Amino acid sequence: MRHLLSTRGLSREEAVGILDVAEDMADVAQREVRKLPTLRGKTVVNLFFEDSTRTRISFEAAAKRLSADVINFSAKGSSVSKGESLKDTAQTLAAIGADAVVVRHPASGAPAVLAQSGWIDAGIVNAGDGTHEHPTQALLDAFTIRRRLHGAAARGRALDGVAVTIVGDILHSRVARSNVWLLTTLGASVSLVAPATLLPFGSEDWPVSVGYDLDDAIAAGPDVVMMLRIQAERMHAAFFPNAREYSRQWGLNDERAALLREASIVMHPGPMNRGLEISSGTADSHRSTVLEQVTNGVSVRMAVLYLLLSGATGSRGSQSDSAATPSPSGMNQSGPEQSGREK
Amino acid sequence: MDSSLLVRGAALADGSGTDILVRDGLVAELGSALSSAGATVIDAAGLLALPGLVDLHTHLREPGFEQSETVLSGSRAAAIGGFTAVHAMANTSPVADTAGVVEQVQSLGDAAGYVTVRPVGAVTAGLEGVRLAEIGAMARSRAAVRVFSDDGKCVSDALLMRHALEYVKTFGGVVAQHAQEPRLTEGAQMNEGLLSGQLGLAGWPAVAEEAIIARDVLLAEHVGARLHICHLSTAGSVDVVRWAKARGISVTAEVTPHHLFLTEQSAAGYDSRFKVNPPLRRAEDVQALRDGVADGTIDIVATDHAPHPVEAKDCEWDAAAFGMVGLESALSVVQASLVDSAVAGWTDVVRLLSSTPARIGRLEGYAECIAVGSPANFTLYDPAVSRTFGTDALRGKGVNSPYLATVLPGRVMATVHDGYATVLDGELVDADVVAERAMARRTGSPGTQSHTAGAQHG
Amino acid sequence: MPARIVLQQADITRALTRISHEILESNRGPDGLVILGIPTRGVTLARRIAAQLGSISGSAVGLGSLDVTLYRDDLGRHPTRTPAPTSVPADGIDGSTVVLVDDVLYSGRTIRAALDALSDIGRPRIVRLAVLVDRGHRELPIRPDFVGKNLPSAQHERINVHLQEIDGDEFVSIDEAQAAK
Repeated sequence: MRHLLSTRGLSREEAVGILDVAEDMADVAQREVRKLPTLRGKTVVNLFFEDSTRTRISFEAAAKRLSADVINFSAKGSSVSKGESLKDTAQTLAAIGADAVVVRHPASGAPAVLAQSGWIDAGIVNAGDGTHEHPTQALLDAFTIRRRLHGAAARGRALDGVAVTIVGDILHSRVARSNVWLLTTLGASVSLVAPATLLPFGSEDWPVSVGYDLDDAIAAGPDVVMMLRIQAERMHAAFFPNAREYSRQWGLNDERAALLREASIVMHPGPMNRGLEISSGTADSHRSTVLEQVTNGVSVRMAVLYLLLSGATGSRGSQSDSAATPSPSGMNQSGPEQSGREK
Repeated sequence: MDSSLLVRGAALADGSGTDILVRDGLVAELGSALSSAGATVIDAAGLLALPGLVDLHTHLREPGFEQSETVLSGSRAAAIGGFTAVHAMANTSPVADTAGVVEQVQSLGDAAGYVTVRPVGAVTAGLEGVRLAEIGAMARSRAAVRVFSDDGKCVSDALLMRHALEYVKTFGGVVAQHAQEPRLTEGAQMNEGLLSGQLGLAGWPAVAEEAIIARDVLLAEHVGARLHICHLSTAGSVDVVRWAKARGISVTAEVTPHHLFLTEQSAAGYDSRFKVNPPLRRAEDVQALRDGVADGTIDIVATDHAPHPVEAKDCEWDAAAFGMVGLESALSVVQASLVDSAVAGWTDVVRLLSSTPARIGRLEGYAECIAVGSPANFTLYDPAVSRTFGTDALRGKGVNSPYLATVLPGRVMATVHDGYATVLDGELVDADVVAERAMARRTGSPGTQSHTAGAQHG
Repeated sequence: MPARIVLQQADITRALTRISHEILESNRGPDGLVILGIPTRGVTLARRIAAQLGSISGSAVGLGSLDVTLYRDDLGRHPTRTPAPTSVPADGIDGSTVVLVDDVLYSGRTIRAALDALSDIGRPRIVRLAVLVDRGHRELPIRPDFVGKNLPSAQHERINVHLQEIDGDEFVSIDEAQAAK
């Protein structure tokens, strides 16, 4: 795997493979020595153009658990006029000797541009680009669902037949998009619930069902309800009248949560607006996977870094994407399992 | 020294063959087996002789943005594309909203000599959309401006657009509107559709273009003024213009080569060479635009040549500038999208790229065919070759072309402007030579010169 | 050159039985034994040895698997490897006698990685190594404690181990490697 830019480009086998490696990584957390020497000598750079302490810490923990060196590069302002350009930043990192760059950027497609540009020879992990994708979030969400459903027998399984409902600001959510592509690839059925102002143009042609009513969606008995955060900016931009109305219509309050099936789980990528899109009671209930998602995030990110950095980098140093219209790739070049002849 | 030219064995757009003798800036003779001792001979066997192309929509960037293009470099790009006249849009710095700036741009064009540069005047002062610019002064200046546009921005205030239509009519001009409702396109990056939702790029909905065109054709009807719509990009826009023409409204419409050839799918890799305003649209829109050309709803092709420095495109999509260069590739792309797909023939191409844009811009000396006694502005084009379009085919400063690594048909082998060659043997004539010939034509050689009647020459 | 079979099924069974007896003898019984197989075929062999130890001694011994992928020193030289599960008995391995089990011992690098992995899991009192085949060409100072068969081989030759549970048949053969490694 050369880069992880999106979940849209992942096949079912690739996706299950990443989740399975994450199981191994999760086991490491149970040991006395919660560290592996696997990426010793590799340098991982967290290149964050948007503030995000949580995701950055998660990637930092993941890299350190694999004994990689971590450099945090916080770059505010992405346009050429405001400061250093993406190109100059990338070339600086290349000069420092980064093996992998974890990038979060406000512009959709920035990680893809980095990966295709030839400015830097590192593996690129998309930690969230604009409203486009946040692939490791979707992977940790899928991992969490899989674990809750199958426990220790999760290895090798996908999410066939699991009904997932995603509620909230789908329009501006890269988490929603990454989840839609990954969950459907893994065999889950996905439905979106939001006011029409917060649904993307053309989403009726996505492989999902779309509805406006949260109570109807809950009555349909989903296995997973995934709540998205409502951001402050949206409240002042005429997408809905005010927070109170939003919360009444689309908030997962205690009454609605009580109507969920016993085994159903409630997910949230965090940080939560308690009392707005999710009630405190629901956030703290046994159904809530919020804290597991954080733990699983480290395991999944360890798996991604391992898959990106541990194999032979024979493709590094050559441009694998053409100058004409390259397409965003989920993953390239995952190696075959070795039969381990050399003993 | 004899400066006459003898073109041997060219084919005209209607298919007939001819020799062309050029003397003193005019087409002196047409016929076969012409001879003229001392003339420079251009062997045009296998080449199409088309009247010089006229671009109604070009950005020459000077004054103010010389790092992107200058009048000289843009003129050279135009000449290699077969153009002999370009209309230079007003979004320079300072904006072309006074007689002084438009006269300066015209002088720079005259001095360079590769093409006739016709400055376009701004509709509003500073392109701010608040007050009218000095339209009268620009019309009466040496530049004799007849096309007025805030292109880059839309004249969105309805009352201001009404007054603009009326005031420009006063001076025999036309308003060329860049149709884009600003409130519906704040922060827009690409066509609003299924793809934009998947890519996470803010959408530029078709209705933002169509609604403005609908309003403006009705305004033009109401006040009895001419209206020109720049760079049509959607099927709905074609429908609105078709409806307006059926009603007898005096509207003309233009389409760019890239909107006839490329779709929004090019954006899927976030390569900002494909970022343009208005954006590339769906395949259905490309088809509707081609149909609009075929049935006459769309009157002309104009390039919207928009050069940018390398760093303005070598970045993430959101940060990249909008625009593509297009002068050098226009005729090839028109051949690929219209002629080779049987939507139009070469006589139609002459109307689309030469005689009609000249008529809309009130530029004299361009007719539907090369005629004896008319100013010698024509280009010799080889439609039979094909090449992989690369940066070596570009002559302006900008390399932001969406056609790099694309195989395109055709190539301009020679261009003659005002009786002297600007392109010979497929390559630009040296700038000093062209400037000297242009000067010679200006300073007292016999014969008319190809600017509009009524303008003075400096 | 066609493969030459050096161990038949019966030979393998006898070898494993002998190894089991040797383990019990050197440990003076079954107490504290944890048999950890190295994936893939080491796990199968470990299971058989553990079963034999149990039936010979009358008490069960600890059984598990130890994946060494994440500890290898040659990860960067091959395409990415997929790790296999690691499982150790619930009581852990502290203070126990761990017997690592693998099918073929060659350069010794796998065992070095296994020792690193082991030290991150716990602190055994003793670590021993049992292999079905020792083909020589050690690159590190590693030696097996229990060997099924010594099989001196040339570097260009390849040792193939087939086990019923994984391959459907059972033998050890040696042949020329097809392509340069």
